[in-house]
Amino acid sequence: MTQAEIRGEAPGADYTFAYLDEQTKRMIRRALLKALAVPGYQVPFASREMPMPYGWGTGGVQVSAAVLTPEDTLKVIDQGADDTTNAVSIRKFFQKTAGIAVTEHTGEATVIQTRHRIPEAPLTEGQILVYQVPIPEPLRFLEPRETETRRMHALEEYGLMHVKLYEDIARHGEIATAYAYPVKIEGRYVMDPSPIPKFDNPKLRMAAIQLFGAGREQRIYALPPYTEVVSLDFEDHPFVPGKAEGACALCGSETSYLDEVIVDDRGGRMFVCSDTDYCAGRRAAGYRGEMAAEEGGA
Amino acid sequence: MYVAVKGGERAIDNAHAWLAEERRGDAAVPELAVAQIREQMTLAVNRVMAEGSLYDPDLAALAIKQARGDLIEAIFLIRAYRTTLPRLGASEPVETGAMRCDRRISATFKDVPGGQVLGPTFDYTHRLLDFALAAEGEVPEAATAAPDPAPKPRITGLLDRDGLIETEPASDETPPDLTREPLGFPAGRALRLQALTRSDEGFALGMAYSTQRGYGRNHPFVGELRLGRVGVEVEIPELGFAVEIAEIELTECETVNQFAGSKTEPPQFTRGYGLVFGQSERKAISMALVDRALRWEDLGEDFTGAPAQDAEFVISHGDNIQASGFLEHIKLPHYVDFQSELELVRRIRAEAAASAAEREAAE
Repeated sequence: MTQAEIRGEAPGADYTFAYLDEQTKRMIRRALLKALAVPGYQVPFASREMPMPYGWGTGGVQVSAAVLTPEDTLKVIDQGADDTTNAVSIRKFFQKTAGIAVTEHTGEATVIQTRHRIPEAPLTEGQILVYQVPIPEPLRFLEPRETETRRMHALEEYGLMHVKLYEDIARHGEIATAYAYPVKIEGRYVMDPSPIPKFDNPKLRMAAIQLFGAGREQRIYALPPYTEVVSLDFEDHPFVPGKAEGACALCGSETSYLDEVIVDDRGGRMFVCSDTDYCAGRRAAGYRGEMAAEEGGA
Repeated sequence: MYVAVKGGERAIDNAHAWLAEERRGDAAVPELAVAQIREQMTLAVNRVMAEGSLYDPDLAALAIKQARGDLIEAIFLIRAYRTTLPRLGASEPVETGAMRCDRRISATFKDVPGGQVLGPTFDYTHRLLDFALAAEGEVPEAATAAPDPAPKPRITGLLDRDGLIETEPASDETPPDLTREPLGFPAGRALRLQALTRSDEGFALGMAYSTQRGYGRNHPFVGELRLGRVGVEVEIPELGFAVEIAEIELTECETVNQFAGSKTEPPQFTRGYGLVFGQSERKAISMALVDRALRWEDLGEDFTGAPAQDAEFVISHGDNIQASGFLEHIKLPHYVDFQSELELVRRIRAEAAASAAEREAAE
């Protein structure tokens, strides 16, 4: 017997809208409001056990569940792509539990849940970007203790981070962090932007609301629209976004973030946009990369 | 040549169908009934209930069946289901002193009021494979006796009367609940005990074992280990009194540990405590040892740097659903991150090669 049958409700009403019960959603929304009020500050929240594993985006899923309304249109991406298995799985989860409209088009979505990327197309006011966060604490790999890192944030004690960045330069000639590159929010909190490539860091100052959910670590943090976000660097070693040299083999874009695909065992490789919707949009508009014809024939 | 990685949706559907077939195994072999798992895989069911934090043998058995016997996966199913259950209220504290014991032993006293009851235990079995079980024969009926009506007071209570063991201050304070509140540190004992009772059995065992081998040694004796059933009472506001709504099986372990004392305070034994759903002795004893190790601060002991003394370390890493989720998530795509590292390593290598060439030219 299902829960719904026990309660005398219609089958299919097994779970409340977007899975989480209303009290839990209220608890998460409170944490979100606090997070928006103190940008970059990690708000502890009573993360629930979700029907997907920790590490699969339980934080993002809980945040999305708390902000979704029946009128919303949801887009889910993983590695920039709508059709990666986990993006498909999360999208299906919300279709099933919330019955909401879904889209692959960045411009049509009101809520976008992402793992590891910010879409190439600029987001607009009214949109919400929800990040899945594995380790919310930017200082974690410098100091494993939560009690310590919370104190360091409270005292704005970020010297350790600068020492780490400096040591990178001393050893490698540049800052050896390519993703999850630390940022400072409105001159106050150092924040982990989640494991997006540092290429995406300049986009963090945007028109949309950005919400970050870390389920296993029970933390939520947020950036209100147009919040100042500065990637940490030094005057003589300024921050460089960086991406693969080359153009997308399908749409020819030279400005989007590219994934490298190994095409044979003789060192052959090609580059394609990681943002599948952006790439498809360019191709629909007539842009062609050097291998686009072959793709059409495949 | 290049075909975009499409078809995630179809791959998932097919994977699930295949998984269901693998779960069923050879269709010529009769399917396991949930009741068979519940009755014959009881200790697996107990572990799933304990670490799933949900006392429901039928659901635990179903989860084991669905998880193909992977107990951590089964625990995960139970935890995810538990999230959706409304919380109707909290029970009164269970009175384990009034437990109807199937088993009750003390390693500290040869005989105790209420007696030693060996009960259903593997302890003195010889671990020889019983090939008769493979023949699926019925076991002969075990001898029975009338229930022993003698009360079985807790043994640490007897020590307490003589002042030989530290008194545990009673409190009516509502204990914290880490399934409803975010975990914070420092964590009090009630919270630590909750984390330990739902922690992974293997993790708790490893932590406890490390204390025995010297990493935070605390000289434990099993003062008492008891297994049996207790009533669960809930106070009904409309009635104004508590009524028994269920009976659950519990394993409780109380250890008696080396004493603390000083010139002003006479020495006293100290306590470690373990309480676990179902028959889960290994877990209950492990829990008691780790509980005791974590109490170093309360008891004025030194922090020796042992992992089992470190509450933040133990509590943050003992949950197998958190641990296995985060561990296994590294098999999800990370090609965006990897790409950025690839670029970085290539650039640093190119710069290093260029400067090496420059040095060579200068020499």
